[in-house]
Amino acid sequence: MKKNNTLVKVRNLKFARNSRMIFDGVDLDIQRGKITVIMGPSGTGKTTLLRLIGRQIKPLEGTIEVDGEEVTTLGHRQLYELRKRMGMLFQNGALLTDLSVFENIAYPLREHTNLSEELIRTLVLMKLEAVGLRGARDLMPAELSGGMSRRVALARAIALDPMMIMYDEPFTGQDPISMGVLVRLIRNLNDALGLTSVVVSHDIEEATSIADYIYLLSGGKVVAGGTAEDLANSDSEWAQQFMKGLPDGPVPFHYPSEPYASDLNIG
Amino acid sequence: MIDFIQSLGHKGLEFFQRLGRGHILIFDVLKGLPALFIRPSLIIQQVFSVGVLSLIIIIVSGFFVGMVMGLQGYNTLVDFGAEESLGVMVALSLVRELGPVVTALLFAGRAGSALTAEIGLMKATEQLSAMEMMAVDPVHRVLSPRFLAGFISMPLLAAMFSAVGVLGGFFVGVGLLGVDDGAYWSQMQASVDFYDDIYNGVIKSLVFGFVVTWIAVFEGYDAIPTSEGVSRATTRTVVHSSLAVLGLDFILTALMFN
Repeated sequence: MKKNNTLVKVRNLKFARNSRMIFDGVDLDIQRGKITVIMGPSGTGKTTLLRLIGRQIKPLEGTIEVDGEEVTTLGHRQLYELRKRMGMLFQNGALLTDLSVFENIAYPLREHTNLSEELIRTLVLMKLEAVGLRGARDLMPAELSGGMSRRVALARAIALDPMMIMYDEPFTGQDPISMGVLVRLIRNLNDALGLTSVVVSHDIEEATSIADYIYLLSGGKVVAGGTAEDLANSDSEWAQQFMKGLPDGPVPFHYPSEPYASDLNIG
Repeated sequence: MIDFIQSLGHKGLEFFQRLGRGHILIFDVLKGLPALFIRPSLIIQQVFSVGVLSLIIIIVSGFFVGMVMGLQGYNTLVDFGAEESLGVMVALSLVRELGPVVTALLFAGRAGSALTAEIGLMKATEQLSAMEMMAVDPVHRVLSPRFLAGFISMPLLAAMFSAVGVLGGFFVGVGLLGVDDGAYWSQMQASVDFYDDIYNGVIKSLVFGFVVTWIAVFEGYDAIPTSEGVSRATTRTVVHSSLAVLGLDFILTALMFN
């Protein structure tokens, strides 16, 4: 077994949507066992990046290697085999609304294994215990708060013991307590289960507190990369603007437009 | 002018793209069918929600359609002194035409729209994406069982519709208007041919079941994942499948009865 430290290797990634370039030559590496945070302003395609890694969409150009396999050219069967080793936490949890919490977590187990009912029960309860929701097993997804849904979805994502988990904006719209819970869960699960985590976020404080490595994306490119400390001390104007939340800078306050004066028909 | 031609071309292209996607999808759905026989519970569950839950509307409509046929048929036939043939008339119109067609139209409105809305909302709430990431193919796991359930349920519902319709005609014709009981049934028995009438009716309803469910699952799967997109897709399901049913009915009738 090769011991390569890079789990996901993205090279020269290009992707366009409706003739708008979302990624224009992105290179990044995600290290095994680490939490890598991908940050950037809204609309830079952070979620798209996760979908590209999971091959829910195909890039225009470039390569994406996950655990030594080139996902852009994988066949249907191999892709599904690879996905069993990847978990993904969607922004709203994406729980199956017609199944209870218990059944949602049992779902991947029932689909992919022939385990006995008793064993499935044990596994599901273990996963639920890990996210602190063992008591909520009989609730339906509609009865859960946003934070709880995400925790259930997290339990489901780790049901098959994947090698990596991708988190899509896990902190968005959470109250401070659930935010704290999620931050701790992501860190603990990563360390306890030996996972590799990729977190897409723009909540600087939470994200930097758990990140081992951070990539900043903007304008379809990686504009900065490093540990939280590196970025805070970086000379890059871009990193400074983003990390400090300045309204104007390399990312302009104004959406591209013709000059103000000519738009108002004066001057 | 150029704009007009451009938009026409755009619409045309879009139409063919959708047609292409629809065909690719149906092949994918069919590919998922063999795996379902290992897990019949998936089919049973869907037959229940697609078929059994449509029973009430089918039975009630069938009964009323039968009663109206009894009434109208009697009034026409009695002028020729042929009211004994009421049973034949009711049975033939139901088995050949009204059974499959009206059932398909009701089925499109009741089950087809529900299928589209369900699948469209699953798409909008990322449940389908989540399945993909759990390495579960949503086409095989969600669409195939629903498609098969529709295909199985449609002829059964049409049979129910016709049977209840015959009883409705009996209720009005024999019960209220005094047509002879024995004549109603015996003439029906003598004139309804298994191959010409029943068999052809079953083929019709199989074809309608295939088309209506295909349109319903495709529209749901192809819906733009927003509330407006799902609502449009649901409307399209009902409109397109109703038109498809009526158009196909003409073609099939022409082929079957020359």
